[in-house]
Amino acid sequence: MSEIADKVKKIVVEHLGVDESKVTPDASFIDDLGADSLDTVELVMAFEEAFSVEIPEDAAEKITTVKDAIDYIEKQKAA
Amino acid sequence: MQSTGLTSGQRRVVVTGMGIVSPLGLGVERNWSRLVAGENGFGRISSFDASDLPAQVAGEVPAGPTESGGLTLSDWIPVKDQKKMDRFIHLGLVAATEAVEDSGWKPESEEDRCRTGVMIGAGIGGLQTIYEASVTVKEGRARRLSPFFIPSALINLVSGHVSIKYGFKGPNHSVVTACATGVHAIGDAARMIMLGDADVMVAGGAEAAVCPLGIAGFCSAKALSTHFNDEPEKASRPWDRDRDGFVMGEGAGIVVLEEYEHAKARGARIYAEVIGYGMSGDAHHITAPAAGHEGAFRAMQNAMRSAGLTPADIQYVNAHGTSTMADDLELDAVERLFGDDARNLAMSSTKSATGHLLGAAGAVEAIYSILAIRDNVAPPTLNLDNPSRESVIDRIAHTAQERKIDTILSNSFGFGGTNASVILRGV
Repeated sequence: MSEIADKVKKIVVEHLGVDESKVTPDASFIDDLGADSLDTVELVMAFEEAFSVEIPEDAAEKITTVKDAIDYIEKQKAA
Repeated sequence: MQSTGLTSGQRRVVVTGMGIVSPLGLGVERNWSRLVAGENGFGRISSFDASDLPAQVAGEVPAGPTESGGLTLSDWIPVKDQKKMDRFIHLGLVAATEAVEDSGWKPESEEDRCRTGVMIGAGIGGLQTIYEASVTVKEGRARRLSPFFIPSALINLVSGHVSIKYGFKGPNHSVVTACATGVHAIGDAARMIMLGDADVMVAGGAEAAVCPLGIAGFCSAKALSTHFNDEPEKASRPWDRDRDGFVMGEGAGIVVLEEYEHAKARGARIYAEVIGYGMSGDAHHITAPAAGHEGAFRAMQNAMRSAGLTPADIQYVNAHGTSTMADDLELDAVERLFGDDARNLAMSSTKSATGHLLGAAGAVEAIYSILAIRDNVAPPTLNLDNPSRESVIDRIAHTAQERKIDTILSNSFGFGGTNASVILRGV
């Protein structure tokens, strides 16, 4: 797993208080990991902070799973 | 005398559960045994560096293992939820948990849930959270502000969290009347039950203002003790000639109020009945009480009227008594109201042991007063070495006293000139 994926996973575990084993690529923050809408706002902020990227609101709305987050950040970092 | 009081209606209101978090620790029984033993909860401020402030003493809720009366937050609130709440909400939730569990009330039908409400207030609310958020904005990081900032700071969110935790779907309300909050919450919630809005109400106050803004703000208002930074246990000294301001405390006091027949029908333990409640406004000054504390006088008088009592019926007063110049004004008002009956009265200020818990004070002190009824013990006023003036009222200096106590009056007064008194009686 990439360094970015590792870090994303760690942030998710920390912010949502979930077991690491549940944070699979396909896991949905809201449906599988118990987040509410405010949790997801905070998660996106944490990603922005940790990776020094800007995630605009319309992009943030499309980040609903762990994989969505990893993909978006990897794309930003590659650009 | 007009009969408009709590006891004149059909529905009586009793206390069936209690919870306290205070500088004396977690738990009602631990608080009471330490209070009666003459212990105090003071120390130098440890939660932040207060060395550049004139007041450096406070009553902080002790951290530590739950079984020894300390606060281990993760025993009460899941770690991921803690950051969504300011400390005053943490403390309120812990005390509410004790109170609800103590009451044994677990509504199982939707109807029962809808008949159970919450009314928990605070004087100030999420001061530290607001401070930290302000810094974030000041640093040009407004977009990094936590989405939990607002719900973490809002005063009525203790009520919100308690309702969510237990599924209480009745009236969800909150009081904000500075240092009178706790008594107003109990009195107003009792009236909601009396008027039929609910059968059970979880009521009280929570506060966590031992933070840089809280201490510095009250310092600027010249309200805090500054002469006892090296002897924290002596700083809170109600009615003593050397008192020089209050000592900030933090914590929460929560009671479960219940309609009497409802409590009886489920075999609940009944601690006391709320038989009187009185309010008044000073219309005088933003922080100073009027001469003779006439606002306090009227609040107490209104409480007695609502209870249909005369001063001779009351054996113990838990004074507002913050350890400021206003202590003697409250004493004036109590003496005037009680007249000749003042000779038989016991009155103490438990703020001498806990400090001033602001919005939580009235609720914590109502619980102490209920325990005074239960055990026939008047808790002491610590550090009352040399009263600034004499009184026929026994202020229970230094040591708790066994006294026959079946009816108490508890006072709380707040900035803005708001006064509240509640009268409780053993059942």
